Amino acid sequence: MSNWERFVETFFNAKVMAKYLPDIAYGMLITVELAALVIISGLAAGLALALLRSLGLRPVNLLIVFVVDLFRALPPLVIIVFIYFGLPSVDLSPSGFVSTWLSLTLVLMAFSEEIFWAGITSIAKGQWEAARSTGLTYGQTLMNVVLPQALRLTIPPLTNRTIAITKGTALGTVVAVSEILGMASSAVSNSYNPSPLTLGALAYLILFFPMVVFGRWLETRMAWKR
Amino acid sequence: MQLVVEARGLHKHFGALHVLKGVDLLLAERELVFVIGPSGSGKSTLLRCLNRLEEPSSGTVRVDGVDLLDPRTDINHARQRIGMVFQSFNLYPHMTALGNVTLALRKVAGKSRGEADELGRAALARVGLADRAGHTPGQLSGGQQQRVAIARAIALEPRVMLFDEPTSALDPELVGSVLGVMLNLRESGMAMVVVSHEMGFARNAADRVLFMDEGVIVEQGTPAAIFEAPAHERTRAFVGKIQRH
Repeated sequence: MSNWERFVETFFNAKVMAKYLPDIAYGMLITVELAALVIISGLAAGLALALLRSLGLRPVNLLIVFVVDLFRALPPLVIIVFIYFGLPSVDLSPSGFVSTWLSLTLVLMAFSEEIFWAGITSIAKGQWEAARSTGLTYGQTLMNVVLPQALRLTIPPLTNRTIAITKGTALGTVVAVSEILGMASSAVSNSYNPSPLTLGALAYLILFFPMVVFGRWLETRMAWKR
Repeated sequence: MQLVVEARGLHKHFGALHVLKGVDLLLAERELVFVIGPSGSGKSTLLRCLNRLEEPSSGTVRVDGVDLLDPRTDINHARQRIGMVFQSFNLYPHMTALGNVTLALRKVAGKSRGEADELGRAALARVGLADRAGHTPGQLSGGQQQRVAIARAIALEPRVMLFDEPTSALDPELVGSVLGVMLNLRESGMAMVVVSHEMGFARNAADRVLFMDEGVIVEQGTPAAIFEAPAHERTRAFVGKIQRH
């Protein structure tokens, strides 16, 4: 057997791949579910914190900044392990799925809050003044004038960050979530062949490549003439 | 005589900086007051106190009989009656010209979208931009943008219009169109306070010129009196300087 044949036999073994394809497909389903939940809750929580911060209440803002910095500093895997193995000691036993979802949500919340906040503060003071001078309230100005402009500015950094954090769903494999990497790893141990990992990588590409392209498209679509 | 604006004893401190040192400004219906003064004299701050974009440190401001500094006053309601136009236009770049004009009509004045669109188009027509309703600010010249900003303010049918250096960000050839709109507004009887250096406009349109320096009103009078025969040395020096341009 040549080196090349051995390589193909090891990483592209058709028999093994065919056998574990349904497992990987199931893993993809779990990854999509987990990723969708993380994106929705993480971005919603981040935006809510940024809006809360814009009210300018000093004690609240100090707390927000502390929480945000905390979750930006901690590695996501540490948070997952902490929630999964730590919370049972206070009589909460979140599943691996819930632990991973919660951890990544907190991380995405922290990073997206900073991005939303940067977007809101980058809108010129004159926009606020013009809107307030016509009688719009603080909230109406935020929602109708400032936020629509701020969101457009945040889309490129937000898409990048969201993709980076969502890929962290693979960390769930550590707490036995049967997502793509988890399914692929157990298939590797059962078949004594790494080909399922190749399938897994392919599955990640199928999921995340369109997200990257979508982000790029959104970026150009959201640009408007000054 | 019915007063539209009645500001008395206005003081404004920015930290250690005393920007307004006891300023009175009374404006009658249909009156146009023109405010001049060197940069840093407090003229913009005075203007911004009249709709409470700036909170006066002390003094009273009444617009159309409503005490703006009374905590029971709904400032957002009161501001509908006070139009303001800014040096840098401050149009909303993500909305069309019509969207800019109708936002407050819908959200503050409570008009339906149909009503607001109709009023908005009428306001744009008054500033000569009926055919630009669908354009975004980026597609308009500076002069057109400023006219949309004027339309945004007058659509709410204010009792008084405040202009904060409305033409100083414009290329010289675009100034005329904005001044023309302001002159029309003046002829329709709108009470106006204008902070600007457009002396020609002041001569044609102002009832009263007010010269400010270092936070006080040094002197005021008819355009002829202030420009041709100022009583104070400071006024004379300032008027001399800007007229040489």
